[in-house]
Amino acid sequence: MKILQERIKHTKFGESLIIETAIRIMVPFIQLFGLYVIVHGHYSPGGGFQGGVILGASFILIGLGYDFKTSLSRMQEKTNIILGNLGALLYTGVAILCALMGGLFLDYSALDKLIPMGPIEWRSFGIFLVEVGVGLAVMSIMVSLFWDLCSGGDLDEGL
Amino acid sequence: MIWGIDLLILLLVVICAIATITIKDLLSATIIFGVYSFLMCLLWAEMGAVDVAFTEATVGAGVSTILFIGTILHTSRRSKD
Repeated sequence: MKILQERIKHTKFGESLIIETAIRIMVPFIQLFGLYVIVHGHYSPGGGFQGGVILGASFILIGLGYDFKTSLSRMQEKTNIILGNLGALLYTGVAILCALMGGLFLDYSALDKLIPMGPIEWRSFGIFLVEVGVGLAVMSIMVSLFWDLCSGGDLDEGL
Repeated sequence: MIWGIDLLILLLVVICAIATITIKDLLSATIIFGVYSFLMCLLWAEMGAVDVAFTEATVGAGVSTILFIGTILHTSRRSKD
C-alpha cells in the first residue's frame, strides 16, 4: 500500500487513490466489452454504434478520474483524428468497392469476385467490416466531443 | 409485456420529464435527465426492443449526461448581462 501511494504521488495524477485504482481496473474490461459488442453486432443486440460509444466512454472515464493531460497521453489527438477518419474511410471504402465490383452500393455479395468466399459468407463479413468502421468513427467523435466540451475548446485544461 | 410494469415505468418517466423542465438548478436537471434516459432504457428493454435500449443506455444515460455536466461546469450561476 505504501509503495503504491508513493508511486501514485510520484506520477502526479489526480487526487483520489481509490478512484484511480478503480478506473485502472475498470477501463480494460470496459474496452473488452466494447470490442465484444462490436464483433457480435450481427448476432446479438449491439453493433458498431453502441460498441464505439462504449470504447469512447472508457477514454472519457480516464479523462474524468485522472487529469486531462493523462487522457491526452493515453489517446493522442492526432491518433484520435486518424482513427476516426480511418473508420469513415473503411465504411465508405467497403461500400464503394461493392459498387465498383458490379453490385449495388453496400451490396457485399459483389465482393465475392475479389476474394471467392461465397456470397452468403461475404454478406456476414461485409457487415462486420462496416461495423468496425462505424465503431472507430463513433469512438473518435465521442472522445473529441468530451475533450472539446470539457476544456472549452483549447485542449489544455480539463474539468 | 406486463402492463403493470409498463404503467409504473411510464408514470416515472412522465414525473422525471416534468421535473427536468421545471427544476431551476442545471446540474439537478441533468441528473434527473439521466434518470429519465435510464427509465426509457428500461421501458424499451421491457417492450422487447433490446437494441434501442442498448443505445439509450450508452448514449442517453452514459455519454450525454457526462457531456452535459462537463458543459455546465463552464457556465456561471447568473448571467453577466
